[in-house]
Amino acid sequence: MSEVVFTNEMDEEMTLNMGPHHPSTHGVLRFIIQSDGEIIRKATPDVGYLHRSIEKIGERCTYPGYMPYTDRVDYVAAMFANECWATACEKLMDIGVPKRAQYLRVISCELNRIASHMIAVGAMAMDIGATTPFMWTLREREYINDFIEELCGARLTYNYHRIGGVSFDMPKGWADKVKTWVDKFVPLMEEFDRLITYNDIYVKRLADVAVISGAEAKDWGLVGPNLRGSGVKWDLRKDDGYSVYPELEFAVPVGRGQFGTVGDCWDRFYVRVEECKESGKILQQALVKIDEHPEDDIVGKLPKKLKPEGEAYARVESARGDMGCYVIGKGAEEPYRARFRTGSFNAMGIIEAKSPGLFLADLVALIASFDVVAPEIDR
Amino acid sequence: MGGPESPPNPPAKTMTPEAIFKRLADKFGAETVFDFHADPKKDRDPWFQVAPWEIEPICEHLRSDPELAFDYLECITGVDYPDDKKIVVVYHVYSYTRKHRVVLKAFLDREDPAMPTLVNVWSVANWQERECFDLLGVLFEGHPDLRRLLMPDDWEGHPLRKDFEEKEDYHGIPTVRPNPIDLYKITLPGKEGAKA
Repeated sequence: MSEVVFTNEMDEEMTLNMGPHHPSTHGVLRFIIQSDGEIIRKATPDVGYLHRSIEKIGERCTYPGYMPYTDRVDYVAAMFANECWATACEKLMDIGVPKRAQYLRVISCELNRIASHMIAVGAMAMDIGATTPFMWTLREREYINDFIEELCGARLTYNYHRIGGVSFDMPKGWADKVKTWVDKFVPLMEEFDRLITYNDIYVKRLADVAVISGAEAKDWGLVGPNLRGSGVKWDLRKDDGYSVYPELEFAVPVGRGQFGTVGDCWDRFYVRVEECKESGKILQQALVKIDEHPEDDIVGKLPKKLKPEGEAYARVESARGDMGCYVIGKGAEEPYRARFRTGSFNAMGIIEAKSPGLFLADLVALIASFDVVAPEIDR
Repeated sequence: MGGPESPPNPPAKTMTPEAIFKRLADKFGAETVFDFHADPKKDRDPWFQVAPWEIEPICEHLRSDPELAFDYLECITGVDYPDDKKIVVVYHVYSYTRKHRVVLKAFLDREDPAMPTLVNVWSVANWQERECFDLLGVLFEGHPDLRRLLMPDDWEGHPLRKDFEEKEDYHGIPTVRPNPIDLYKITLPGKEGAKA
């Protein structure tokens, strides 16, 4: 990487305030930008507008009672925070999860991943000026919302997973409905590719913009699609093999620099589009394999009193990458400490370092390509 | 640099936390790396203590030693233990190439929690340490930009400390409100308690 050098001749530095209510900031997020004309010298993110101190709330709730709050960690993909909290508690209290419940978790999570990526890719296209794809992606997301509503009664903050399992089994005929939709959805993504992913204007707009190398991505703790966009083939579902993911076949798409350099904005976009297709594949397999396990066996054996002692750190691959939950119990009904480590938080950290030399308009592309969700940063 | 990263060659060798602990204790001495805890129940992560003021060379070694190769700092957590008069900073570290993890803990004095920063080892520490400073008041010495991150700049106190007490209002905005259930108490006529 060559260093960006600013000359002091005709210095016309200006300070620009972007947000907190800027549409492209995906929530309430503010940047203080020092720029010379169109070129950014430094963009300092100012976060915390959505801070609700979820971790402090966790210290005041019982272990199962904290579940609805975890939805609010990331409301675009709430299922993963549910799963992360449940997994952490199960690890802490040595609770086994029945296979059927694990499959239901995978199915609900993969549906949610598609829904979240639909927002991500649609909103990214909209942020840089293409309005139509957003309507397309939201239409598909609406189907998923309907499915999940049928499954657990909620469309956004699900509160579906439980410590030791899930709250409801699938309704009758639900699996077939989802299967029919997935069969329709996967070819639709190919249409989406023709419309937007490989669209000439779109590619030219995003290729070679805000390149992040694999080493940089690791150093700054980028996770999930942002890390894989930089060419690092690492997916918690594959490399750690939690839940029933080892029984399912899927590929891990990585950025290859097809139109520019590995780790540019287009690569991060492309990884998300491909992941949607892979999630579709996982759903097709999981919806068949779930039948091998007896119905209504959806919650494991819980101890009478949930008063664990010790500590555990659980990880899940959320839509925004490796989400971690660190829980410490001290023999009380409430956890002593509950900590969430989220992908968007670290993605924000790198923006300050990557912004010098970017165009103002490219900052919008960079934020959108990270798929940051403001409540996940602030918690 | 072009193309996806090729898999490491020779095949990655995973080390157990105990082996990593022994390796570090041999290199840095038993006063610096000590107190190994292997939780008897499986699945929980073993951890050990490190001397807070020696953490930077230890982590630098963790990252640069090719057999350890810890390239990903997952999480920095601060935990307040007022009974022991300690604040503990927990580091979860992972290696993408070797696929092993380790948990380090640094015990700090609660009255004066300070330790060196790890920004020069892993850049990701920058924001994580800022968060830890903001919510628990741990001072990371040498940090380039140790400001409040999530709380407003003029906030008093550190919310994740166990003895933190919420003020009644912040700039005239009340922090408590009446329970809505109390506001809409339904009383049935003709029964006991109707007067209330």
